[in-house]
Amino acid sequence: MKDIGIISYGASIPRLRIKSTDIAKAWGKNPDTIVSGLGIIEKSVPSLDQDVATISVEAARAAINRCNINPQDIGAIYVGSESHPYAVKPTGTIVGEAVGATPILKVADYEFACKAGTAAIQTCMALVKSDMIKYGMAIGADTSQAAPGDVLEYAASAGGAAFIIGKEKIIANINETCSYTTDTPDFWRREGRKYPAHGGRFTGTPAYFRHITNNAKNLMELANTKPEDYNYAVFHQPNGKFPIRVAKMLGFTPEQVKQGLLCPIIGNTYSGSSMLGLASVLDVANPGDRVFVASYGSGAGSDAFDITINNNINDLNKSNAPLVSKLIEEKKYIDYATYTKYRDLLYWE
Amino acid sequence: MRDVAVIGVGITKFGELWNKSFRQLIAEAGAQAIFDSGISGSEIDALYVGSMSAGRFIGQEHVGALVADCSGFSHIHIPSTRVESACASGGVAFRQGYFSVASGMNDVVVIGGVEKMTDVVGSEATDILATGLDQEWEAFFGVTFPGIYAMIATKHMHDFGTTREQIAQVAVKNHANGALNPFAQYKKEMKLESILKAPMVAYPLGLLDCSPVSDGASALVLCAADKAKNYTDKIVKIIGTGQASDTLPLHGRTDICTFKSTVYASKRAYEQAKIKPDDIDVAEVHDCFTIAEILAIEDLGFVKKGQGGKAIDEKITTLDGKIPINPSGGLKAKGHPVGATGVAQISEIVLQLRGEAEKRQVKDAKIGLTHNVGAGGASCVVNILEAM
Repeated sequence: MKDIGIISYGASIPRLRIKSTDIAKAWGKNPDTIVSGLGIIEKSVPSLDQDVATISVEAARAAINRCNINPQDIGAIYVGSESHPYAVKPTGTIVGEAVGATPILKVADYEFACKAGTAAIQTCMALVKSDMIKYGMAIGADTSQAAPGDVLEYAASAGGAAFIIGKEKIIANINETCSYTTDTPDFWRREGRKYPAHGGRFTGTPAYFRHITNNAKNLMELANTKPEDYNYAVFHQPNGKFPIRVAKMLGFTPEQVKQGLLCPIIGNTYSGSSMLGLASVLDVANPGDRVFVASYGSGAGSDAFDITINNNINDLNKSNAPLVSKLIEEKKYIDYATYTKYRDLLYWE
Repeated sequence: MRDVAVIGVGITKFGELWNKSFRQLIAEAGAQAIFDSGISGSEIDALYVGSMSAGRFIGQEHVGALVADCSGFSHIHIPSTRVESACASGGVAFRQGYFSVASGMNDVVVIGGVEKMTDVVGSEATDILATGLDQEWEAFFGVTFPGIYAMIATKHMHDFGTTREQIAQVAVKNHANGALNPFAQYKKEMKLESILKAPMVAYPLGLLDCSPVSDGASALVLCAADKAKNYTDKIVKIIGTGQASDTLPLHGRTDICTFKSTVYASKRAYEQAKIKPDDIDVAEVHDCFTIAEILAIEDLGFVKKGQGGKAIDEKITTLDGKIPINPSGGLKAKGHPVGATGVAQISEIVLQLRGEAEKRQVKDAKIGLTHNVGAGGASCVVNILEAM
């Protein structure tokens, strides 16, 4: 699989932020306990006019602006999310029109909790490998939901990233990818329900940790690598603690995880989570660097990628779109009252 | 009535056992008890199983037949009876088994207690447990277990000057004991500060004042005492048992700081055993909430009414104290799979009286007591056992 990889990438993170301490205060919880328990300081919040379509378009445009490809050469767009604006009507068509990739275009919206975006990368890889398309665009984006007062409220945030997959001018070769999937109901949202439900601590050991550790081991066996072979390791980040712990379980160091760990300062962007982490790594990585990525989607599965940064990364016009660090820095705080308005938590008749 | 002995014990690890089902748990505990006793399966005359709410927790009723079947006894067609008395289900199942042997009807019976609680989310577990309260007068209006015990705790603090710290110290002690128990859900010591700082559930009870939601099972083999020697030398005799009831809702009682079900159940057990509270060397009591242990040691007569908090300060209930309470870690640290609890308490006391409780062994324990409460004190079973 050596000659398939990432051609370009782009990110989008809404500017609004709310501090965990403000949410904790609104619910009468001890702010210090919450922050230290979850490892989340603040999270991004979508404004009234931001949704998965706008975030996806922004990330897709950023990816295209950084490379010199003709959007008409994009043969497929897959958008992974669990907060698509429509239950029936694709987000991908909106992205396709916005970036000028229509009409000879394969499109589908994906859903696999927080790993739908990495599943889209795998689909694009297969289509490119089989020469069915020249370029494929994989997007992971969410404006994730959390019931008021639920512990998810401290984490569920908004953001996304887009990756263009192809065979030429690869900036990062995807050497291997593999997945580990079982039917494990740790987190779900039933049809027609506004907020998801979760199985408490069940989301840990038998779900997140089991799927990621098994998949990571399988990937490293496939790629014949060890944790110390990687410069960077990116994990799905539902909170600030899990990625650190799973990294330790696998033998990665906090230093390897640091660049891709965004949850403490933007929250869990769900389908965007590990993909934004990867985008953050690509912002700083040098040719020859090796990157390990493991996503996780509740329900449950993990997609893992063994990536080597290519010399072509130096030719990418990164400055044509904001770096992840820039998107994180440009922020505006809102209080919980404003948050309730923007997240449609208020009720009246 | 003839004498009855416990000749075998089995207990699973307690905890969030996501990879073990209801039937796996009870079959595991039952097999352990049978191996421990030295009997063969064909010698079992009957089964009694305590389970509070398998119907709500896992959608399974007809638990008696299920347990006989999953334990491999369907081909010998022995009677198997499920017993329910809220959180005292296990203790009451034990008493039914005891009566059946004491009466001469059966020679060997197996008692099981089991609950699989973690297949439902936390809020649903709280609702299911509240079915042990009065639905019409309590649960319907939103009262849950923590609320009931919080009212008792505040009244106890008001009437007797019991302090928040004294109540929290029960959890500190039981976590210290649980840290020594390989079967415990929380094998972890806790500092007083952590208990006091835990998220508030219902004042004055914080999260760490409450027993956890748990999966687990325990089983016992009972045998006519005169026949016990045919199987084993490790014989523990049941010398007293008492059961009592009280008003289902808390508001029906003249004094919410006394569980009369405990007072009467223990009075009957002490009378049958011909002993006094002072004669007890070790006890497993129903600490579903920290305040419940304070109530228990008072109502069982180990200390005077109102002195429970002070007794904690004086450390008379620690592992090396005058009357060690909950060496297993209690419901607080060992875990509280409700139907299993009453049986697991007896398992612990049997291990203590045999001198097999390892790091948590109470020195020179000869007579032990178990105290198993249903819901907010509307039912209670007290058993007294003696090493032979």
